[in-house]
Order: sequence, then structure tokens, then C-alpha cells
Amino acid sequence: MAKKTTDVLVDPLINNNPIALQILGICSALAVTTKMETSLVMSLAVIAVTAFSNLAVSAIRHFIPSSIRIIVQMTVIASLVIVVDQILKAYMYDISKQLSVFVGLIITNCIVMGRAEGFAMKNGPWVSFLDGIGNGMGYGLVLMFVAFFRELFGSGSLFGIELLPLDRNGGWYNPNNLMLLPPSAFFLIGFLIWAIRAYKPDQIEEA
Amino acid sequence: MQQRDSLGYTLGVAAVLCVACSLAVSTAAVSLRGRQEANVKLDQQKNILDATGLAIGEYGVQANELTTKQIDTLNAYVSSKLVDLETGAYDGDGDPEKYNLVEEAANPETSIPIESPTFNPGEPRRPKVMKVYFVKKPGTDKILQVVLPVYGKGLWGTLYGYLALKSDLETIQGLTFYQHKETPGLGGEVDNPRWKAMWDGRKLYDEETGQPKAMVFKGPAPKTDEYAVDGLSGATITSRGVTNLIRYWASDDGYGTYLSKLKEEINDDKSSASEGDK
Repeated sequence: MAKKTTDVLVDPLINNNPIALQILGICSALAVTTKMETSLVMSLAVIAVTAFSNLAVSAIRHFIPSSIRIIVQMTVIASLVIVVDQILKAYMYDISKQLSVFVGLIITNCIVMGRAEGFAMKNGPWVSFLDGIGNGMGYGLVLMFVAFFRELFGSGSLFGIELLPLDRNGGWYNPNNLMLLPPSAFFLIGFLIWAIRAYKPDQIEEA
Repeated sequence: MQQRDSLGYTLGVAAVLCVACSLAVSTAAVSLRGRQEANVKLDQQKNILDATGLAIGEYGVQANELTTKQIDTLNAYVSSKLVDLETGAYDGDGDPEKYNLVEEAANPETSIPIESPTFNPGEPRRPKVMKVYFVKKPGTDKILQVVLPVYGKGLWGTLYGYLALKSDLETIQGLTFYQHKETPGLGGEVDNPRWKAMWDGRKLYDEETGQPKAMVFKGPAPKTDEYAVDGLSGATITSRGVTNLIRYWASDDGYGTYLSKLKEEINDDKSSASEGDK
């Protein structure tokens, strides 16, 4: 485990992306990506939770009895998610209203749990913290990619700023409603994985 | 290593962890509660200001873009009272400030089941008492608008909103939803200001039968139709839900009794005074 700290941070962005390579955390990637703004806040929430849960789990890893280690990780993650949810409700009320249950569902996001069990249990707090940020950013990157296309073609805007005037608002663009529904995120993520694996063939699994 | 797997140690770690985590969670919850409640309240106030058109009328923007001071100015127009829907009488005992719609609707003692087959919002219960809002010029007593809280099922969950009526109590001023779970871009377009603006001037009741008739059309509403607004494309169930909830709350199971009572009061007052502005 002599990985360089920068690798820990940068690797999950493309080389070892939690969504594109490991196919984790798809659920929320489908649900919150209709708009760039919500995706960004969701990404930040996941980055914060992954980073701090890795930090906390790593800091107490020598004290955790192996028989209840998963429960301990869950408890730490769940507490952090609730704290993040409370903060969003207090400081970003409009966005937390749109994200509704999906902030709470970060608890069940496999990425968070996977990093706590797979990385933080074996590594020091600082490296684990960076690993959490890296994986959160890897998740966020895919979210922003998906949200970019979904918001642009589904609502004709980016970050709520109208770029393609919609016909319902007197413009010319007839939005693609499929982009607003979860399946479109499936297609987009599929295309993204295709593109990444065409660029980096070593990611292709053996059939 | 052996000691780390003993029963006592495991229980001990679990206990310490639980205490630590619950401390963190409750600290966050308690320290942020004031801010969160203020947010919820402000959000509802803004929705009332949008439903009544006060924000657009006075400042030309949606309530979301108003400053706190402007919101305070407009809030001086808005007052509230509790109404018993069965009798249509004001409930003097309750405190409007402490009224919580969701709690009242969930409590079997303060609510009744919704069973009406004709007008049904898809919800199991409604409170016996509802909090209604009035728009009056500060310092005067003439009611310019009445704002009725309404709710009903959409596609993914309950839509909670405000229906504002002009002083004839038959014409809709505006409709806003402050809480819903509809798909952004489809059913979520109930938040689109252009769609909401279409409600202004729609007639709530059928002129002949007196029954609630306002609705969301399927597709673009005919220009001659005084009761309908355009449907939300790709959101049939949300559109239908909005129609259902408006009609239910306008019916005698909802605010009907209260509204006819209020209409008499307004007409009595008006015997001497002349018709005011919009």
C-alpha cells in the first residue's frame, strides 16, 4: 500500500471511477441528474460524506471489533448523512427541497460504504480522507457529465440559465422529455463507460 | 486480537459509538432547527405572495427574488384565521401561528376521512380546521383576496399549495405549490411561472350548476374556456391530480360552506362601499 497520495486523489476520477469502472452508486446518479445545480450539491454532499466517513472509520479502525465492523461503518455514515442533510435544510433550503430523500439515501450509496470497508479499514486517516474526496469527486464528475446533457436537452438550460429557448416559453426548442426521465441517465452513463473503455482498453472486463 | 473480539469489548465499542454519533446528530439537529423552521416559514410566505400576485404586482418579480425587507412589507397585507370547514365558522380557540397542516391531517382527533366519490384529492384525511389567509390593504378591513391552503396526490407524492381567490370568491387569482415530489421538467412544471400565471382569471365554479369546474386541460386549453388552463405536457397524472385537488377543496366537502358564508359577509359589507381595485 505504498500508493502516492496524489494517486489516491486522482485515480478515482477516470482510471478507477466508482461509477464508470466499478458501477457503484448508480441509483442516485439516475435520480438527481435532471439539473446541474442539484447534481452539484449532491456531489458536494457525497464528497463530504465519503471523505469524513473514511476519516472517522480509519481513525478508529484499530478499535473496531471485526464482528460488527459493517454496522459501525453504517452508523458513522448514517450520522454524517443526517448532519449533511440538516445543514442543507438550514442553508440551502430550495435545493434540499428538490433533492428530497436522495440526500438521506447517500447512506445506502455503495461508494461510501465500499470505500470505508475497502480502503479506510486498511489505511491511515489522512490517505483515507483523500481517498474519500477522490472517490466523491469521481462520482461527482459523472453526475455533472450526465446532468449537463440531461438539463441541456431536457430543459434547454444549464444551471437554470436558459440557453435553448423552450417552445412552451415562446422559443423554438422542443425539449426531449426522455432526458428528464431516469432511463436517459442509463443511456448517458452507458455511452460514458463506452467512451472511457475505448480510450483505456485495460478497463474492459474479460467476458 | 482475542480481546478485541470478546463480547464485552464489542458491546462497549457499540455503546460508545452510539453515544458519540447520537451526540453529533442531535447537536446538528438542535443547533440548526431555528434556521430550518425560519426557512420553511419564509418559503410558505413567499408562496402566498406568489399565489396572490402581490410580489409581481408590487415589485414585478417572483417572491424568490424579493429582499427580506420587501417580503416584510408585503406580509403586512396578509393575515390569517382558523376556519372550521364543516360549519364554515371561524375557530377562535386555536392559535393560527401554531397551526401545522400536516400534523392536523395526521391526527385522527383533529381530522376526518375523505370519502367523497365525486371530488376526491386522493388523500386519506383532511383536518377539521384549516388556516386561511386574507389579503387586505394594511390598516383597512376590506378583503381583497382569500388564500386557501390545498393539497392532494400527484404522481410521486402529495402536492401542498395555496389557491388564491379574488374578492368575488369565484375567480382564481393564482395557484402555487410549496411542496411536491413531481418529476422536474414534467410534473415539476407546476412551478413554472408562465403556467402558474394562466390561473389568473379562471372561474372556479360552473355558472349553471354551481359545482367546482376549474381544471387542468389535457393539451392546450381552448381560448374560449374560462375554466381551464393548459395541461402539463408529459404529466397527465400530475395534471389530473391538480384538477382533482382544486375541485375537492372548492366543493362543499372542502371550503364550499365557508366560502358561501364569507360571500354573504362581503356582500353585506359592500352594500355601502363601492368596488375596489383588483
